[in-house]
Amino acid sequence: MSSEDNLILSFESSCDETSVAVVKNGRTVLSNVVATQIKSHQRFGGVVPEVASRHHIEQITACIDDALTEADVDYDDLNAVAVTYGPGLVGALLVGVTAAKTVAFAHQLPLVPVNHMAGHIYAAQFEKTIEFPALALLVSGGHTELVLMPEPGKFEIIGETRDDAAGEAYDKIGRVMGLSYPAGKEVDRLAHIGQDTFHFPRAMDKTDDFDFSFSGLKSAFINTVHHADQIGETLSKEDLAASFQQAVVDVLADKTVKALNAYPVKQLILAGGVAANQGLRDRLDEELKQFPEVAFVKAPLQYCGDNAAMVGAEAYVGFEQQTFADSNLNADPSLEFDWIKGETA
Amino acid sequence: MKVLALDTSNRPLSVALLEDESVLASVTLTVHQKHAEYLLPVIEDLMAKSEVKPADLDRVVVAEGPGSYTGIRIGVTTAKTLADTLNIELVGVSSLRALALNSQREGGLVWPIFDARNNNVFTGLYRMEKGVPVSVIEDQHVDFDEFMAKVVALDEPTIVVGDGQNFADRLDTHFELLTGFDNLPQVAKLGMLGEQLAPVADITSFVPNYLRLTQAEADWRKQHPEEDAGSYVEKI
Repeated sequence: MSSEDNLILSFESSCDETSVAVVKNGRTVLSNVVATQIKSHQRFGGVVPEVASRHHIEQITACIDDALTEADVDYDDLNAVAVTYGPGLVGALLVGVTAAKTVAFAHQLPLVPVNHMAGHIYAAQFEKTIEFPALALLVSGGHTELVLMPEPGKFEIIGETRDDAAGEAYDKIGRVMGLSYPAGKEVDRLAHIGQDTFHFPRAMDKTDDFDFSFSGLKSAFINTVHHADQIGETLSKEDLAASFQQAVVDVLADKTVKALNAYPVKQLILAGGVAANQGLRDRLDEELKQFPEVAFVKAPLQYCGDNAAMVGAEAYVGFEQQTFADSNLNADPSLEFDWIKGETA
Repeated sequence: MKVLALDTSNRPLSVALLEDESVLASVTLTVHQKHAEYLLPVIEDLMAKSEVKPADLDRVVVAEGPGSYTGIRIGVTTAKTLADTLNIELVGVSSLRALALNSQREGGLVWPIFDARNNNVFTGLYRMEKGVPVSVIEDQHVDFDEFMAKVVALDEPTIVVGDGQNFADRLDTHFELLTGFDNLPQVAKLGMLGEQLAPVADITSFVPNYLRLTQAEADWRKQHPEEDAGSYVEKI
């Protein structure tokens, strides 16, 4: 390890994954320990916040110890501690925030506060160095937004979902199809076998803004399934999945293309849990052919879900810009990026 | 031995720093319940003004619950992380027992009560032996009247600490309610008690003692009595 190397110990606990990582220079993952609670929450059909908080505290110090051991570093080697402080579940966030603050205090290290969504975008950095200006399509269980990044450390929302996040819609229709939570991966798999035969609505596809809406699509899907149940008809799960996914992908792709036309950028970044969706990746690959000057950077699959490595990548920017938090840092469950100047939600 | 003691189980935030039998510093805040924001700054401040560095600490003592879920999680997360990261000892003490330390009546019963709403309480019964509360009836989450019947059956004068005021209409002259300063966590006493106790063997598995399952977990166990409610968390 060269003495100029920057090592950040990063924490992530915003939802149902406890994760601690060591990241070098914001680019290289030395360790990324993730303890997932998915199996626990599957029992309840979704994340139960108090259960999540309890699991985080069970896991937190084991994750710290494992992250340091796997990276083969000691506290003396570290330059900073970083933590996701929002958005997310407040009780879940608090475990990571409290632990990170405590480690920073114990070893007199600066603490870099990280926005979870910025972390998701910076997972792309493990694929390719981010070049500015860049546009990010951020799609996860809790968020669906188009984010303009004019320069490092600056994030401006140009469009977002007006109701359900894309990942949330996947989970809800997955439940109607009898799939276990989280349903995204299985819907994606089924969609590749089926055909778009139901032609669900593409909400807001033709509006002038960059916003999304998925609740109408979700309702249309549920109504279709319930109607079939009532008349005793069995619908093809594969075709249902394909029709749903096609509607989601069409809207995401169309609004992304519109944004790329409005904002000339060097890169398009695809990030967030739903960025692992193969249908979406393939479609954007196709669309990006009309923008030869824009590099398409997909967050690597292993860093699409919640993890602390992405937090460490983003924190390197904060470290360089000396954006440090005090020991009174609190969780901010509804933290969000600013809207782009001159436009409002 | 340099010891940091903390209690964030309920509204008060209380931190003390001790060296063997001496109290170096002690602070209790009661105005807000902003433990997430204030706990670490208070610790930092006490230690800086006492000229004790984190690396000088030998042991952390924490009120481990029951209490406010968020409150005990902030206290326990801070304590277990500090112990783990500094490689020092960790001691957990029942938050009810910690408050029972306020009783001065040697040999007498002390009854700590935390109001858990809907006539439910987190409570236990202790007897003061050589200044230390020793458990008589174990800590539990229980209907107030059900537990009170057990205390009344002992027919002894009893000191009540915690939220006894909320049930004052049902407590007769056998019961003396501590109020004001005497009813706040005396975390320096918690630290001294913690110096005498055995540290936890495995810091990583140390968790708050909630004394109550989450509603989701309780319902699930009722519906799945045969299934092991063990670990559902896995490293990926």
